[in-house]
Amino acid sequence: MPANRFNGFSEYGVGIGLRVPHYDHIFAEQPIVDWFEIISENYMVDGGRALEILDQILDRYRVVQHGVSMYFGSAQPADREHLKRLKTLTRRTKTPWLSDHLCWGSVDGRYTHDLLPMPYTFEAVRTTAARIREVQDFLEIPIAVENVSSYAEFHQSEMTEWEFLNEVVEAADCGILLDVNNIYVSSQNHGFDPFEYINSVPVERIAQIHVAGHSKFEKYTLDTHDHPVLDPVWGLYARAIERTGPTATLLEWDDNIPSFNEVHSEALKANQYLESSTPPAIPGAVVSSNVTEAVHP
Amino acid sequence: MNLLEFQRRMAEDVMRPLTPDFQMRPTMSDGSSTQARAESYIKPNDQLTSFERLEIYNRQYWFRVTEAVAEDYPALNALLGDTIFSRLILEYLKENPSTSFTLRNLGSKLPQWLEAHPEFANRRQDLTLDVARLEWAYVEAFDGASLSPLMASDFTFLTAESNLRLQPHLQLLDLKYPVDELVLAVHQETSRRDIMSNAVSERKQGSKVRLPKMRRSPIYLAIHRYENSVYYRRLDHEAFLLLIALQNGRPLGSALEAAFVQSSLSPEGQAAKIQEYFSHAAELGWFCKQAENEG
Repeated sequence: MPANRFNGFSEYGVGIGLRVPHYDHIFAEQPIVDWFEIISENYMVDGGRALEILDQILDRYRVVQHGVSMYFGSAQPADREHLKRLKTLTRRTKTPWLSDHLCWGSVDGRYTHDLLPMPYTFEAVRTTAARIREVQDFLEIPIAVENVSSYAEFHQSEMTEWEFLNEVVEAADCGILLDVNNIYVSSQNHGFDPFEYINSVPVERIAQIHVAGHSKFEKYTLDTHDHPVLDPVWGLYARAIERTGPTATLLEWDDNIPSFNEVHSEALKANQYLESSTPPAIPGAVVSSNVTEAVHP
Repeated sequence: MNLLEFQRRMAEDVMRPLTPDFQMRPTMSDGSSTQARAESYIKPNDQLTSFERLEIYNRQYWFRVTEAVAEDYPALNALLGDTIFSRLILEYLKENPSTSFTLRNLGSKLPQWLEAHPEFANRRQDLTLDVARLEWAYVEAFDGASLSPLMASDFTFLTAESNLRLQPHLQLLDLKYPVDELVLAVHQETSRRDIMSNAVSERKQGSKVRLPKMRRSPIYLAIHRYENSVYYRRLDHEAFLLLIALQNGRPLGSALEAAFVQSSLSPEGQAAKIQEYFSHAAELGWFCKQAENEG
């Protein structure tokens, strides 16, 4: 599978999120899973069961870190304590790349714990790119930024969301975690063509793809991660893979979590798209590289 | 409006308390219109007004933070009931918004805050405080640091001047009620959740659990982690005083004096107790080596 400098020249296939309800199954059955994505913040603790579980997972599986609170788009400096703890965790997991969201969520030391949408302005591009570079330099691993689902647009915006994403990743020289479900949700809420979004993204920067389920309400669509991926999202995924070639793919399922097998089976549906695609000729992409094989029990 | 001003404005709007029926308030604290405020920076679309778009984030914020705190205090919820508990959490969060990148610490100030807000205790202030203190101690014990423990053989080198460090995850509480029984009963019926990715939260209600009757009867409790499970261990008064003195940095000799200063035990009885305490502590790994930078 194509590797690039934004995913640490790795060649990961289909992964799922590591979730508490699945721990017993994973340790008892030791299923073959290409990789697990962890939410970094769940393991940025001083001790206890979470870290012991993580170490056991790391003995058997490949793990990639995904964060929810770096807030690359926040106008104020990053929290140094947060960065230090995150770096400690990256040393533990040896994650080949690290992802977090293209959003903001804190100001003046107060945290909303939400992934709030950015105003798509050139000032925001400069601020966000500078923060991504700072984090990337501090952590010394590739960063991929994820597009978020949004429910609001702002008068201030000077460009589309995908133009903003492109401007930021170019200025920061970072990767993209392309969440095709988030593109779909936002396209429903803001009335744009999701394929125009996907067709405009610089494919050579895509480190990873997210798929997930969402919920449609009378007046808007919510990113709920609580059921299988819907067909329109698989359609967007197919187009993304057509452009990028096989790319590390992860299914997010965070609420009403069913059995491990159900989640894994849903994720593996991505293989029908991955296996029929061919790696495109992308500048900077490496088709075959010296990567560590997953240690499957 | 620059980026910082924009973010301050939206954060203020997102974190503004909801109405009692969990809707966005139509007016702000100065009496001005929330609709006008939302229109000043949020575009409407053909489905939603600016107000409605902002309201999604406003409600989402409160559902997320209240759920995070409620998850740490299921026994307090069961004790007070959903209505009072929900009001308590909202009032607490208005005064104590998150100041950390992690939701883990959001409920850390609740026991202290409750001391100053007896109106939520339903005339059972001591019981309410005991439950809140024990539930937060559980959180600290659950994922607090664990250092290399001293072994029984290390104890032979101890002198009256020795400083013994307690495991950071070990919490010590003196409680007016035997609330370990109550908290255990509730915790067995609930499970902790991880932080998830960017999925939205829904408002959830606590589950109903039959609570044991509580009669005032002081206990001393050690809340600690052993093989990654949290345990409550009742202590006698002398053991509690000894551990508190050590935790406060007093040398071993001084800590032992503090423990037995009011004891009616004979010197032989005290010696036997001390041996018993150290035997248990060694078995459970409660004493640990000083960190290198502590000398």
